[in-house]
Amino acid sequence: MAATVEQIERKTLGKVRPHQTQNEGLVFEKSAAGKRGYKLPPLDVPEVDAKAALGPAYRVEKAGLPELSEIEIIRHFTRLSTWNYAIDLGMYPLGSCTMKYNPRVNEYVARIEGLADAHPYRPESLAQGVLEVIDLLQRCLIEITGMDTITLQPAAGAHGEFTGILLVRAWHESRGNARRKIIIPDSAHGTNPATAAICGYQVENLKSNAQGGIDLEALERQVDEDTAALMLTNPSTLGVFENEIHKIADILHAKGALLYMDGANMNALVGKVRPGDFGVDVMHLNLHKTFSTPHGGGGPGSGPVACKKFLEPFLPTPVLVKKDGELHWEYNRPQTVGRVRAFYGNTGMFIRALAYILANGPDGLRQTTEDAVLNANYIRKNLEDLYELPYKTPSMHEVVFSDKRQAAKGVKTGDIAKRLIDYGFHPYTVSFPLIVHGALMIEPTESESLEELDLFIEAMRSIAKEVEESPDLVKSAPHSTRVSRLDEVQAARKPVLRWRHENK
Amino acid sequence: MAYPANYRYTKEHEWISLDGKIGTIGITDYAQNSLGDIVYVDVPKVGDSVTANNSFGSVESVKAVSDLFSPVSGTVSAVNEELKTSPDKINEAPHETWIIKVELADTADFEKLLDAAAYEKFVSEETGA
Amino acid sequence: MRYLPKSPAEREQMLKAIGAQAIDDLFAIIPAEYRLTRDLDVPRQQGESEIVSYFKAAGQKNATDYASFLGAGCYRHYRPVVIDSLVQRGEFLTSYTPYQAEITQGTLQAIFEFQTMIAELTGMDVANASMYDGSTGAAEAMLMAMRVTGRQKAVVASTVHPEYREVLATYLRYRDLPTAEIGYVADTGRVDLEALAAAVTEETAAVLVQSPNFFGVIEDIPAIAEIAHKKGALLIVSIAEAISLGIVRPPVEADIVSMEAQSFGVALSYGGPFCGVIAAKEQYLRQMPGRLAGQTVDGDGNRGFVLTLSTREQHIRREKATSNICTNQALVALMATIFLTVYGKEGVRELAEHNLAKAAYTAKALSAQPGAKLLFKDSPRFHEFVLQTQEPAEQWTQRLLDEKIVGGLGLGRWYPELKNATLWCATEVIARETIDHAAKVLAAAPVEA
Repeated sequence: MAATVEQIERKTLGKVRPHQTQNEGLVFEKSAAGKRGYKLPPLDVPEVDAKAALGPAYRVEKAGLPELSEIEIIRHFTRLSTWNYAIDLGMYPLGSCTMKYNPRVNEYVARIEGLADAHPYRPESLAQGVLEVIDLLQRCLIEITGMDTITLQPAAGAHGEFTGILLVRAWHESRGNARRKIIIPDSAHGTNPATAAICGYQVENLKSNAQGGIDLEALERQVDEDTAALMLTNPSTLGVFENEIHKIADILHAKGALLYMDGANMNALVGKVRPGDFGVDVMHLNLHKTFSTPHGGGGPGSGPVACKKFLEPFLPTPVLVKKDGELHWEYNRPQTVGRVRAFYGNTGMFIRALAYILANGPDGLRQTTEDAVLNANYIRKNLEDLYELPYKTPSMHEVVFSDKRQAAKGVKTGDIAKRLIDYGFHPYTVSFPLIVHGALMIEPTESESLEELDLFIEAMRSIAKEVEESPDLVKSAPHSTRVSRLDEVQAARKPVLRWRHENK
Repeated sequence: MAYPANYRYTKEHEWISLDGKIGTIGITDYAQNSLGDIVYVDVPKVGDSVTANNSFGSVESVKAVSDLFSPVSGTVSAVNEELKTSPDKINEAPHETWIIKVELADTADFEKLLDAAAYEKFVSEETGA
Repeated sequence: MRYLPKSPAEREQMLKAIGAQAIDDLFAIIPAEYRLTRDLDVPRQQGESEIVSYFKAAGQKNATDYASFLGAGCYRHYRPVVIDSLVQRGEFLTSYTPYQAEITQGTLQAIFEFQTMIAELTGMDVANASMYDGSTGAAEAMLMAMRVTGRQKAVVASTVHPEYREVLATYLRYRDLPTAEIGYVADTGRVDLEALAAAVTEETAAVLVQSPNFFGVIEDIPAIAEIAHKKGALLIVSIAEAISLGIVRPPVEADIVSMEAQSFGVALSYGGPFCGVIAAKEQYLRQMPGRLAGQTVDGDGNRGFVLTLSTREQHIRREKATSNICTNQALVALMATIFLTVYGKEGVRELAEHNLAKAAYTAKALSAQPGAKLLFKDSPRFHEFVLQTQEPAEQWTQRLLDEKIVGGLGLGRWYPELKNATLWCATEVIARETIDHAAKVLAAAPVEA
């Protein structure tokens, strides 16, 4: 009987008890003509006959938007919110995503009058406050990365990659040859090859060595006068620091190629080692990972690009400069790659990231990195007897296991991930990096207490036991959520991407 | 599932049958099985030319895309319109569900391909079974 | 450090469990010569009150008590209070991309509602979950059109936001893709249809226009569509002011609409984060960039939502993906969804009517002043207009600033032929007294420059 199974499952859950959620329809289904959630003040200027003013451009039929009162709106979105897991509820160990605490003071200061309502075209003389914030953040990030200069314009990590590779391309072009290919390790994020492709480069795959790192000999064979750059994630997506990083840089530089670093994993390095010191020419940061700006269910992010001096002429315009004690945007830069975004970037995220840096200071930033690495290693130590560790190389801020032992029982990484939900955790990153078959990629971040880590370890150990004793329980998880596993095949075969009024 | 003896096969897991100059192309049971539920098939237009060993389209599952490689060179003479709405036919009956028909430039291409026995052997080696 | 939940004793205990002597054992793999042996040169650790004071001072330095007539792709509208109280719920704020559908139904359903609202507003069949902003959205829409048509040439109206055009140029430059720019008719401020017809060829992937355009003028979309479609090119309509859709006919003849949704309850924030979105005809769905939420059912037949058609995206198709976009603007899209729910069917119309009325009043009041002239006077407009003055813009701009008013934006930096012209915007938040005050300052202008 299904109910009994459910009871048994729920008893096993240490951290959580079943959570009561309320059903809630789509906002359109709750709409009724004549309800209002707004009231505009009376118009203090004469009305305009819109039909006459706009002529054929007049919209006859109003858009099919919902009509609800304010209390219904509050309940609707509050109920929806209760169906989400979040960092505020518990550990969110998504590898590569750095789901750390998002400090509330960040949200507060980003909404301060004068910053939140500053128009991007207001005269610079009236924008010195926000420009000083941007300037200080730039200086902090340059110091943290050990690079020479920076642009904050890119809107997210992949956008930063795009900007960084354009800098590489522009530099090569200025020397007479854009070159044709970008080398990317097989352990890389999907954004890396996608970025190289949209910048007009061919992608050449580099196979990882037995330790999951860069194979120096293979790299030496592959790099030639046609190589524009290597896109390297360091620490790698396995959470492993490339300890021969200086040799990697040397191999590239000897052939006139550049070293691009994907800064997705900077949370393992801040305050301990700087990419600019180990040979990186250009890199991006993810403010929504390392610098605590919220993921918000998928964005917004911010992807600053830091680089060495020789790439500075190519930075996107405008560039912030100081003249006579005042900050200005400089537009006239003949060698620029051009703009990558309107205005200056996701300023609201700059404010949050700077608030995070100020709250930490040099000692806090270093301690943060140390705690992140400590947490990952603690998890590794406590799970390595039950889960296969495909690469034994020391872990930095994340640890990657494989489902090899569990797969023998027919249970895959995706199943274990879903079962973790029943224990009150968000799953780790599933099936990535691609070089590990059936990967479990766990990044606890520094934000987890010993208590939460122990609960996570207990959950993972308990699931390993369940895999041995009742694999079907794991394979059909989650059992405690509002909806059970969703039919992704149907969603893709017959896409329903919007509600339609005729459905009401 | 048995691999029809009158078909020929590629190492990329396409099958082809030949009727006069017209080759009928689909993917094998092994291919559909490793892809899982197929949700979309991207095919060329009638009249497009295809080249042996080159990609002519792709099949997609929820979380994977797989290129389709043409076993032969020639011109596309028909595409299976039914797959637009029912890609699942490939999962149900891979060896009866064709994807495109091609008028072969040279029917000798056909005989260069793997026969059922050779393909079966290739598959068993690949899976290590 | 107040964000770190560990006591010194716990750290020791964990090190011991791992079998390490000291924390630096865990960093031993990093070659010693690269390890940082000093403190980072960043400001010292600060208390929360110090952080708040720092940013408050920065805000005040920005001079907060100025009225503003600036628009140009970034619009000041009233933001209902419920937006910030809802998006600051930790379940929305601190949740990741909804890959694990069972525990992210809240985000997924909200995206589905967003997609529906955008489709309803734009007259398109489908919309995605968001793009970075209007400028990158327009560039991505052009790349999408190139994939759809298999053609490589872009035709762009010079009345598209200049910074959007710069971004498009950056996206296309390194692909060696030629772009033709089409000017506007001096009297109307609208795209020059004759020049457009001459420029569009069988090699054109798409025509990109903006409506209302950068001058605030509404383009003749049906006529432009006809020119594009005649040659088999797609029409992309960029919309920088989303509120306009409350009263302006949606560009139903377009194949792709790229919109900036900042006006839907998103703070100006000195230009970001904003919320781009791409909507399109259903037949182009497979070439769309970005995430899509779709409806489906769970094992018990309950309705639920998932991210779908992911094979278009970089994490699966890698270098063959439709775009490299990963992180988008989800939380900002949620703000827009809440905004559109608050105003709803009637409110978005009423709001648009207020904007129309304020701008009409402002245009009349300002252009009535000596030496001032309203350009493109007979063209349909939404809430922006271009004012030509005899006196150079900088002079009277300064006089307005002295009165704590930020006037229109000088257009000369992008349109040399519009040297003494300024672009003004009046939304519902501008009070009549402010408009009258600005008119009075202008009236004091010397008639001869």
